[in-house]
Amino acid sequence: MRIGVIAIQGDVAEHVEALKRALDERGQIADVVTIKHKGIVSKCDALVLPGGESTTLGKLLIREGIADEIQDMNNAGKPIMGTCAGLILLAKQGDEQVAKTHQHLLGLMDMQVNRNAFGRQRDSFETELELPFLSSPYNAVFIRAPAILDSGKDVTILARFDDMVVAAEQGNLLALAFHPELTLDTRVHQYFLNKLF
Amino acid sequence: MELEKLRHGTELIKRGFAKMQKGGVIMDVTTPEQAKIAEEAGAVAVMALQAVPADIRKEGGVARMADPQMVAEIINTVTIPVMAKARIGHFVEAEILQALGADMVDESEVLTPADNKYHIDKTQFTVPFVCGARNLGEALRRVNEGAAMIRTKGEAGTGDVSEAVKHMKQIMGEIRALNGMTKEEMIAVARDIEAPIELVLETAQMQRLPVVNFAAGGVATPADAALMMRLGADGVFVGSGIFKAENPEKMAKAIVEAVNNYDNPEILAQISKGIGSGMKGISVDTIPQEQALQTRGW
Repeated sequence: MRIGVIAIQGDVAEHVEALKRALDERGQIADVVTIKHKGIVSKCDALVLPGGESTTLGKLLIREGIADEIQDMNNAGKPIMGTCAGLILLAKQGDEQVAKTHQHLLGLMDMQVNRNAFGRQRDSFETELELPFLSSPYNAVFIRAPAILDSGKDVTILARFDDMVVAAEQGNLLALAFHPELTLDTRVHQYFLNKLF
Repeated sequence: MELEKLRHGTELIKRGFAKMQKGGVIMDVTTPEQAKIAEEAGAVAVMALQAVPADIRKEGGVARMADPQMVAEIINTVTIPVMAKARIGHFVEAEILQALGADMVDESEVLTPADNKYHIDKTQFTVPFVCGARNLGEALRRVNEGAAMIRTKGEAGTGDVSEAVKHMKQIMGEIRALNGMTKEEMIAVARDIEAPIELVLETAQMQRLPVVNFAAGGVATPADAALMMRLGADGVFVGSGIFKAENPEKMAKAIVEAVNNYDNPEILAQISKGIGSGMKGISVDTIPQEQALQTRGW
């Protein structure tokens, strides 16, 4: 098994560490590889789109020729998780801000996103979030976080905060507005790995 | 929403914001038009200031935070984070920038210091701070004051990368030297470099600074940016290097691509072609000691 983490920009090392901790805890073995260029995504069994700046990530995914490879991976039904900027990139549709910057989205998940739904950095927050697959709340870190405004029938809503959708899945795809990679609690990464093993 | 369950401005959130910038390029801008060019090129954030360091150097006088009207306009123009510089020790400028909605404050030696003894107590703010450093002691003192991100000071506004190289190698070398030391040896190091022992121990254990560490101060070309990444920087600030270049759009885009391809000389060669000349610059050796910006702050 090989899990790829898109490493163009953002908190890549944190996802790599979180995946390794999660794998250790469940006693399973997989390679965790970072991906900056084309030719590697197709060799992975699962993929993570990290947090970062979605405008930068979107532009460079295209310039590097990785975007099409991620489309193919999704068509093959392999698990893909996007956190924060990764959630934005997974979406089919953005908001005015996304349109304004001609931002490229991968368009894999049938949902519309609001890029900075919770405001600027001074509004960023941590809170205890209820997730349907966990028995106790999860300390979720939201940083200039997006939210899901609208979604199609194939999308399952997993969590809301302040009436906004902050976690959802669509088959092999898992989209989170917060950053599970910034805390030591691996339960969200475990949930993602359950899609692989 | 239960407000008491919401926590703002925690260390996790502040340092987390800086982590989202990793592998990116942050560009100095003085107008909304420049901010737009930076965003279009793929910058992860822009730094709003009154004049780029090269002009501050040339014009002299007292350099203060940017006009709040201009900062607000830049914030309204781009979707990427907007940072802004405050004078060392000027906590009111920092409060004003926070109130305007700036996403990070740079307590910067590029501006004229407002306090020659104390830096801002950055733990009192909701927004995160970035601060300059020349060595491990200076970096950890800033972290102890609440900085969520460190950048090398280099020598801003020169287009001469040599001081940024010196500061990055200094910090990385000091971290490597902690490897294998006993606790009592590290206590002695902490005393020598005037840094808290807890942060020295944490740095030794992580074998890196406890916060994100960018390069800054003299980066002027894609090759300079790639060099700083090779030396271990988490990302790069480019000040005068973009808008003092012959073709800012091409230079901005090329530096973004160079940071993503810093370890591939073939791609760097392609990126570096046909982008026009970099800023003219000024060799650090020719700058009188009293005009050096890096000696501001301690």
